[in-house]
Amino acid sequence: MSLEGNMPKKVLKEFKIESLQILGEDGSCDESLMPKLSNDEIKRIYEKLVLIRVFDQKAFNMQRQGRLGTYIQFKGQEACQVGTALPLKDDDFIFPMYRNSGLLIVRNQPIVQILQYWGGDERGQKAPEGINNFPISIPVGTQSIHASGAAWAAKLRGTNQVACAWFGEGATSKGDFHEALNFAGVFNLPAIFICENNQFAISVPRAKQTKSDTIAQKAIAYGIEGLQVDGMDIFAVYKAMKDAVEKARAGNGPTLIECFTYRMGDHSTSDDASRYRSKEEVEMWIKKDPIERLEKYMRKKGLLDDTYKAKVLADSQDIVERAVTEFEKLPAPEPKDIFNYVFAELTPEQKEQMQDLFG
Amino acid sequence: MVIANIVQAVNMGLKQELARDKKVIVLGEDVGVNGGVFRATDGLQKEFGPDRVIDTPLAELGIVGASIGMAVNGLKPVAEIQFSGFMYAAFDQLLSHAGRIRMRSRGRFTCPMVVRTPYGGGIRALELHCESGESLFSHIPGIKMVIPSNPYDTKGLLASAIRDPDPVIFYEPMRVYRAIKQDIPENEYTVPLGKANIVQEGDDLTLIAWGAMLKTCQDAVEKLNNKYGVELIDMRTINPYDADMVINSVKKTGRCIIVHEAIRTCGFAAELIAAINEKALLSLEAPVVRVTAPDVPYPLAKLENYFLPDVNRILKGIEKVMSF
Repeated sequence: MSLEGNMPKKVLKEFKIESLQILGEDGSCDESLMPKLSNDEIKRIYEKLVLIRVFDQKAFNMQRQGRLGTYIQFKGQEACQVGTALPLKDDDFIFPMYRNSGLLIVRNQPIVQILQYWGGDERGQKAPEGINNFPISIPVGTQSIHASGAAWAAKLRGTNQVACAWFGEGATSKGDFHEALNFAGVFNLPAIFICENNQFAISVPRAKQTKSDTIAQKAIAYGIEGLQVDGMDIFAVYKAMKDAVEKARAGNGPTLIECFTYRMGDHSTSDDASRYRSKEEVEMWIKKDPIERLEKYMRKKGLLDDTYKAKVLADSQDIVERAVTEFEKLPAPEPKDIFNYVFAELTPEQKEQMQDLFG
Repeated sequence: MVIANIVQAVNMGLKQELARDKKVIVLGEDVGVNGGVFRATDGLQKEFGPDRVIDTPLAELGIVGASIGMAVNGLKPVAEIQFSGFMYAAFDQLLSHAGRIRMRSRGRFTCPMVVRTPYGGGIRALELHCESGESLFSHIPGIKMVIPSNPYDTKGLLASAIRDPDPVIFYEPMRVYRAIKQDIPENEYTVPLGKANIVQEGDDLTLIAWGAMLKTCQDAVEKLNNKYGVELIDMRTINPYDADMVINSVKKTGRCIIVHEAIRTCGFAAELIAAINEKALLSLEAPVVRVTAPDVPYPLAKLENYFLPDVNRILKGIEKVMSF
């Protein structure tokens, strides 16, 4: 057949990107999308959201008082962290970023250890036995490929584990993101990539990271599923994560979840966000607050009243204060430990240097 | 015993470890169906299957980064980077992650992995196909750096590297991949990491090298025709390194010359000289001489002979240290 004069462009593939929201800003809920959660489970979720927010505020205050070093706040992103942590099992691997203290708390990393880390004590990063909480990544986005590797090991060893990485939208500008998603796609790995798109990489807005309308659509290029969820909506985050975990365990490959959220605080305790964003913008996002939104829903459902709310807050403060007390009583780390975890055994040079330093 | 060159010794070592430990995984560009561009992994995928010997996407950061994830979750990946000049894409993964995992997790997670890569020049290859970056990688705490010079050590050191509980970079001397043949045991054996080897004993001067330069040094010694008693030391491991053997030898001979094809400034010879100054200064009869590449990027083929140390430069260095 001659194609002369008749060579229309063919549509090879068409794509769509979905966004998931279940819980409205006014506490209304699309019950048809609602994940299966008992009333008790919803209360436990609420308690975790409050706990990590109380922790975040406390850690910030302690930094200001000189009781902690630099600390990375996550206020506004609580639903992203609680909602993605809960569907996982202890032996699933998590590769968190520095803004994930809340995630670690939900993953049962003792609060005292999280304080320890931000207080400059390496022991804080040692995960409890049986819980695969990898140390947070300080370089941006470089941990995503570790999730691909750990997921690959899970697949090859047949352990049924899932491996997940958390990062911000800034990390998606880096090559590491590309290589991680590409490996996960090519080998159909049980990996989940969670982008907490909080709109800013320090001062640089999302629009200057990428021309893409969504982060989620980047998944398409790797042949994997990507979706955007309202990151201020705990039910949407939880459902997306739960589905992704089930899919990964069933051998159906990786997922990129973009949690559309907002960093309500500064980038870090050394940053001043008022230099690059308006009060009006912050106020607009505060109206979407994930915890207030859930409270509205729970009130309507009769799951929350003022007494319960006050008790959850008081209990959270109590848990955090007890951890702070314990943290401040901890003995200083053993100086020789700077040598003791570099290799399984000290090298001859290290032995000599240790002797020089400590006698 | 079987006669093998260095590439064959790599292949035998990988085969032995793949058979010995189910956790060992070989991965990299072209390592599977093609058996590697140098054939170092020839036949391994056929024998152990595509889940143990894996062709990856063309992505060095991805290969090393994914190996880290595999290692922390119970496997022992042996990654191949096709040429050492391509490793720099993965430098961040090695420095920021692989070398720090044991420390940052206080031993809760470890990173037992090997990155194998052909290094060095003298084969008229393209740009960035001839790099000797051992000093760069030895300046990373938490990572070991191994460089064999012959088939026997290659197989034995590779087995030790794969069994090591920490990350190891395994630099293979591309220039002598096929040039050196030896009788090596088919059976299992290991050569320990961190131990140098006295290739030849002598009383007049200590000559130190590693990797492909070992052969060049041997050629130089042969040309000397017993004019001096040369003690030739093959470092075998750059990090951790065998300071004792170097110090003891220099104490005996009082004269030392160090040869490497990496550039001079901040090269590993500088570290060895510092160790000699600290521990054998009063035994020295002459300043230690370095024969190295100059501080310039590796030149293209037509000029590479001016860059690489050769027999004549080594002989000149020997005369300099002997006539001081």
